[in-house]
Amino acid sequence: MGFKLDMEKNKEKIKEFMDFIDDNRNKPGILMPVLQEAQEKFGYLPEEILELISKELKIPLAEIYGVATFYSQFTFVPKGENNISVCLGTACYVKGAEKILEELENILDIKSGETTSDLKFSITPTRCLGACRQAPVINVKDETYGKLKPEDIKEIIEKYDKEVLQDDNIR
Amino acid sequence: MITLDKLREIKERTRPVLEERLKNEGKAEIREDGTIALKGDYYKNQLRIALRNCEIIRPDSIEEYIALDGYSALAKVLFEMTPEEVIEAMEKSNLRGRGGAGFPTGKKWREAFKYDSDKKYIICNADEGDPGAFMDRSILEGDPHSVIEGMAIAGYAVGADEGYIYVRAEYPMAVRSLKIAIEQAREYGLLGKNIFGTDFSFDIELRLGAGAFVCGEATALIESIEGKRGMPRVKIHRTAHKGLWGKPTIINNVETLANVPVIYQKGAEWFKNIGTEKSSGTKVFSLVGKVKNPGLVEVPMGMTLREIIFDIGGGGIDGRRIKAVQTGGPSGGCIPLELFDTPVDFESLSRIGSIMGSGGMVVMDETDCMVDIARFFLEFTVDESCGKCVPCREGTKRMLEILEKITSGNGEESDIERLESLADTISSASLCGLGQTAPNPVISTLRYFRDEYIAHIRDKKCPAGVCKALFEYFITESCIGCTKCARNCPVSCISGKVKERHVIDANRCIKCGTCKEVCPVGAVVTR
Repeated sequence: MGFKLDMEKNKEKIKEFMDFIDDNRNKPGILMPVLQEAQEKFGYLPEEILELISKELKIPLAEIYGVATFYSQFTFVPKGENNISVCLGTACYVKGAEKILEELENILDIKSGETTSDLKFSITPTRCLGACRQAPVINVKDETYGKLKPEDIKEIIEKYDKEVLQDDNIR
Repeated sequence: MITLDKLREIKERTRPVLEERLKNEGKAEIREDGTIALKGDYYKNQLRIALRNCEIIRPDSIEEYIALDGYSALAKVLFEMTPEEVIEAMEKSNLRGRGGAGFPTGKKWREAFKYDSDKKYIICNADEGDPGAFMDRSILEGDPHSVIEGMAIAGYAVGADEGYIYVRAEYPMAVRSLKIAIEQAREYGLLGKNIFGTDFSFDIELRLGAGAFVCGEATALIESIEGKRGMPRVKIHRTAHKGLWGKPTIINNVETLANVPVIYQKGAEWFKNIGTEKSSGTKVFSLVGKVKNPGLVEVPMGMTLREIIFDIGGGGIDGRRIKAVQTGGPSGGCIPLELFDTPVDFESLSRIGSIMGSGGMVVMDETDCMVDIARFFLEFTVDESCGKCVPCREGTKRMLEILEKITSGNGEESDIERLESLADTISSASLCGLGQTAPNPVISTLRYFRDEYIAHIRDKKCPAGVCKALFEYFITESCIGCTKCARNCPVSCISGKVKERHVIDANRCIKCGTCKEVCPVGAVVTR
């Protein structure tokens, strides 16, 4: 899908990932945990890594894709640095989650499920985040923002936009 | 290795420390009988069994759990009861599965017990997928040891030495809390080989879901643990007979397991006397949506919806009239205000066309359109159908299309009939609970709110003002001409002079509702 994993740059990560496979190789039903570890490490499921898993676990690539495409949490394209999960559970829905989502789409100029071209933000629609008391909620990185109104969104985005900028300066 | 003496010693040492901390924090009170309860009106009418330790103990402290009699039930069954006696007590307590279906837990255990097998498994279903329900999350985050102890007791009863907890990946805090708890239990010898020095061994592995709602279904969950696509199996055998890797497997829900230790601490008789005759014990509800005091409510079964929503939940918000409550998530139905005197138990709710489900209660008021709510749930099931059964895969999609047609103002009278016929086929010809119950939100809204469907179809109006194609914003005579709406309109479609009545150009209006929100005199209405 156009994303190539730089094997040289990710050498260290790949080695760590191989260690994970080695430690768990003989556990039954280990495919899902291995895929989850891969996504955690690389941010998405790179083709190159899926081929590696296939070889190591002796599971046909077709079967691996079958599993990976079934579950909505697995992604084949990298997510933005700040992934914004928008809760679309019932409680959030009746409290106006759609308007929150619309506002996010407007400000970031991407559709739900997409990533901005600078890879800074992505919007992931999510089933209930289990924070219904705070409805409507969104999650940015590990931070939850609750009882939101559309006009709160701009400030939240700006906060993370700045963080990204600062990080860039440090680099 | 832990011994009974050591357990007692930890309890005696930690209890005063815990009491001291609670006293300083001031949010809980210690009652005369030694029980500890949270203070405040919200908790006054609640009876917390599954949530007994939540917000009272520190979830990362196994010693505080032990201080409140934690792991004493496990010790009791290991030293004083045979596995058969454990099962008998469970049957007598009449605990029924809290995940939704309400299957008697004791009966499930008995079934797995009777099969001879070299290996058996206990699975905790922590794949809490119903949107609007978060009781399992709260138990996992607030009192993880109660689930671990419940699983170990189940393991002893049926003869299993291995357990899995299948938890949603969307709950990172719960995952963390479980990891810590499992590690601690191992460290204290409450999981692992020869627990309390007996020949009973039991250990637990954590498995994470990956965002598939259908994996809350028992056989789909098993497939997922086995590393496959989470698609339900054809149910030739019960999972208690042939489950995970073809071995006898017990799958219990988080809240069910959290109830288990208390039943052995206080006795099956005590538990059976709480609630109604057929639905014993308490149930945790997550009361959310358009209600004044949203939160988790644990009450004896049989309490009426009215008591839960108005007495504990405080009624509606902003003075608006409550119209309905949705129970049971995408498998449940919408119950109208007229039926709020229905007692909440498994049988009563199914009689009025909804289900208990996992205990989600989403309150809706006059600003919620019931046709749109039905559409919302169908969108959910279309997304989450695994695709195995044609009626569910194709049928729910067709139902959604019809509902979209109605909410966009293109509905025809024959659409209602078609919805009913599709609902019948889908619910009778799908393999698993997801498909069988997928039409429920439509059936129940058609049953109780048919007039709203008719208004959409015949009058092309959305009475609640939700379906954008079916209403317009309009400025009434009470406009004072303050120009606030015109200044705030994002598409500048409002015109009018200062101190004169303004007008909205309906053709250019995007129906964002800003004018209505900013109007200081309430002159902007929908019609």
